[in-house]
Amino acid sequence: MTKNITNFTATIILAVILSLFLPWWSVMTAALATSLFIPLKKTAVFFVPFLAILVFWAGHSFVLSSANDFILAKQISQLLKIGGNPYLLILITGVIGGLAAGIAAIFGKQLTLLNSKK
Amino acid sequence: MKYLKLLLSFALVIGIFFVLNTKLGDLPPLGKFLNPQSGIWQNETNESVTGEIRIPGLSDKVTVHYDEHMIPHVFAQNEHDLYKAQGYLTAKHRLWQLEFQTHAAAGRLSEIFGEGALNYDRTERRRGMGYGADQAIAYMEQYDTETLGYVQDYADGVNAYIDQLDPADYPVEYKLLDYQPESWSPKKTALLLMYMTKMLAGGDEDLEYTNVLRILGKDNFNLLFPDFFDITDPVIPKNTDWSFIDVPQTELPESQAVLDTIQETIEKPNPANGSNNWAISGAKSSTGNPILANDPHLGLNLPAIWFVMQLSTPEHNAFGATIPGALAVISGFNQHIAWGETNATRDVIDWYKVEFNEDRTKYKYDGDWKDVTVRVEDIKIKGRENYKDSVLYTHHGPVVFDKNFKSDNELEGYAMKWIGHQGGNNQKTFIELNKAKNYNDYVSALKYWNAPAQNFVFASTEGDIALWIQGKFANKWEGQGKFLMDGSNPENDWQSYIPQEFNAHTKNPERGFVSSANQHPVDENYPFFVFNDGYETYRNRVINDFFNSKEKISVQDFKDLHNNNHNLKAAELVPYMLENMDASSLTEDERIVYEEMKAWKFNNDIDEVGPSIWRQWYGRLYNMTWDEFDIEDTAMAAPYAYQTIYLLKNHGAHELMDIVETEDKKETAKDLFLLAFKAAAKRLKEIKEEKGDYTWLKYKATYAGHLLQALPAFSRFDIPIGGDRNIVNATSEDHGPSWRMIVEMTSPPTAIGIYPGGQSGNPGSQYYDNFIDDWAAGNYYNLNFMQTNEATKAVIGTQTLTPASND
Repeated sequence: MTKNITNFTATIILAVILSLFLPWWSVMTAALATSLFIPLKKTAVFFVPFLAILVFWAGHSFVLSSANDFILAKQISQLLKIGGNPYLLILITGVIGGLAAGIAAIFGKQLTLLNSKK
Repeated sequence: MKYLKLLLSFALVIGIFFVLNTKLGDLPPLGKFLNPQSGIWQNETNESVTGEIRIPGLSDKVTVHYDEHMIPHVFAQNEHDLYKAQGYLTAKHRLWQLEFQTHAAAGRLSEIFGEGALNYDRTERRRGMGYGADQAIAYMEQYDTETLGYVQDYADGVNAYIDQLDPADYPVEYKLLDYQPESWSPKKTALLLMYMTKMLAGGDEDLEYTNVLRILGKDNFNLLFPDFFDITDPVIPKNTDWSFIDVPQTELPESQAVLDTIQETIEKPNPANGSNNWAISGAKSSTGNPILANDPHLGLNLPAIWFVMQLSTPEHNAFGATIPGALAVISGFNQHIAWGETNATRDVIDWYKVEFNEDRTKYKYDGDWKDVTVRVEDIKIKGRENYKDSVLYTHHGPVVFDKNFKSDNELEGYAMKWIGHQGGNNQKTFIELNKAKNYNDYVSALKYWNAPAQNFVFASTEGDIALWIQGKFANKWEGQGKFLMDGSNPENDWQSYIPQEFNAHTKNPERGFVSSANQHPVDENYPFFVFNDGYETYRNRVINDFFNSKEKISVQDFKDLHNNNHNLKAAELVPYMLENMDASSLTEDERIVYEEMKAWKFNNDIDEVGPSIWRQWYGRLYNMTWDEFDIEDTAMAAPYAYQTIYLLKNHGAHELMDIVETEDKKETAKDLFLLAFKAAAKRLKEIKEEKGDYTWLKYKATYAGHLLQALPAFSRFDIPIGGDRNIVNATSEDHGPSWRMIVEMTSPPTAIGIYPGGQSGNPGSQYYDNFIDDWAAGNYYNLNFMQTNEATKAVIGTQTLTPASND
């Protein structure tokens, strides 16, 4: 369990740092890195980084958007045909980031398996 | 097994990366688009209006005060800095629009949208938009490097903004369409001016009229399309003395129209583009100060076409509406004068039939062969290889239609002669107007203006009012350019231009006011040929009647007139139709509509049903009347509203009133009234079922659409405002008063203004569309004309632009 928490925290911290230099796929890089150095087991491989980035992206979006009364979020939500609901857009943003991170972590896990069982 | 898993998971990584990083159909690249560090969440911001910004190339400090409407009040120490600051601030608030409009002008939309825009791009290029912009730059390079210098300053200002822009801060439209802003250049300002020229002087019906003449004959043509209607209330008052003009009209040669069959023509600007302006003298003003007003009727777009600014140096202080891409104030005032424009449309496009030699390197002219020049238009297309279109140029202009475009004639083509191709120095007019102190300065500023011809209204604190119709106009022979002409006959060329000082104008007329509303510029007594180029015939009469009927006029009267919804067109036909239509066969449902129509007082207010019935009824009547003009594969133009109504009332039994389809019956105007009414009533019933009622509010449903094909998320719908085309409050579905300004010539002037939009181009800003409700309600904002650099209570934030050191 502690490993999950460590990975979760490390993924967020690393993602925040990398996002200062790299484009959106910095979250994939972060999740890949933590999956190599703080390996997890079973479904946690995917879900821990998934949740970490979901929290990171959704949280960050929420902070930015609430400061501006969600004006643009409502419009983009309408644009993407998800009903004009800003919270749903925030959730989707989180899920998209999480998905990318989770998949990168699965790949990372496969890499570690390659090494350890040689 | 583990290698398979590795491979599989690797493929998944690549897959998710690709999907989230690529624009798929209409869907933006979602990872790029939604990530909070550089995606759209970064656009979820308000305006920054404080702090210090370093700008390379500035020579001195520039202070920018923002007021509550987000209007920047710019205080620069010299003109070079002023236009750098204008470029910078325009980019800061309107970058995407600024660039998009010039991409549209240049025929470069395929770069952004892909193949779907190719036909549009080809049309713009064959129209010679880029060619015209090149001519304007070449003119400035040769004759006016001072103006070109300012245009370069503006470009430097825009680029200073773009250069310091992080991709995370790109306007949201770039992220949506997945592209980046490029550097600005003087050519783009020239393209923007071409865009305005096309919008306001880019339409003509010569080719359509050629078909009409061929099919209906000369007598019918002259009846349907007279040079002057039976009434005229021209821009320049009727009794004006023209005896000072000592240059004669070009003599009529033996020229025959070329009666070709023309299948289709290029897209024309919206005929609802138009405007009102007027000014009253001190004697007619309730305060003793002249008052001036302007309201240009253009597309109601978001971001709005106008951006309001105050632009000052120690030598001058101007305020008003600017257009992103052009320098200086376009419609506004300074400490001494006020000015505004309406479109002074004139037939400034003519078409010539050109005959080529076998390999299309030469064309026939004056019994000889003349060389063709070729301009290769290289059109970039997103996701595809470039399309190269070779456009042939003659001395007339570009051969728009040839075997490669809307025609199958191997060795013939139609060349376009357009004043827009003639590289003028339009930008200088505005720079000079911003600094003008009196009537003489205004007149000399106008001299540089070629196209689109405008009615420039003027008022000064000295007490003068004036109106000049300014543009470069060919001195045409009687009838020249109504129809397709033979391009090999030199007599068909434009022989000369009307000397600028003989352009029609009026200064301090006896009646105490000047006005224009896109109507006929002059009456028959003006000594040069003026063909009816789609002149307005309703707004002008309502406006002039209003001024003639009142002794003294106040600012409140000006507001009332801007918001006047009287439908003169309906008032001139509906009573006649009601009187002459046989109503005995109306059903019960139709009778209800009939009574509603009878009760209407001809005001297009939002809670009335009359305007909707009129729109349906007249629309159907018009189409039934001119059913002869609906011919497959033939470009035709039907008569204007005024002449249509005149014919319905005075030539009700004319052969063209007949509906061609009904072979056994010969319809007259009266039959059409009833048929159109029944069809209208049926449709109105359907609308009632769809929308609940057919009040003008619901029927018209005015909207301000985002420049990207009215993308609903970024547009405003169902705006509660009355009016319509041909009404002083010219608000139709998507067109209308795009800027309303009233200036009283106190010292300094006192002004109010508003436009349907907001100062910010960012849909995420509260300043994106915040003026719309007040605009629709007929309200105005006080324009805070700051006289000094000192921040007042009205200032919500001050930003300082300072010279950046070069290291």
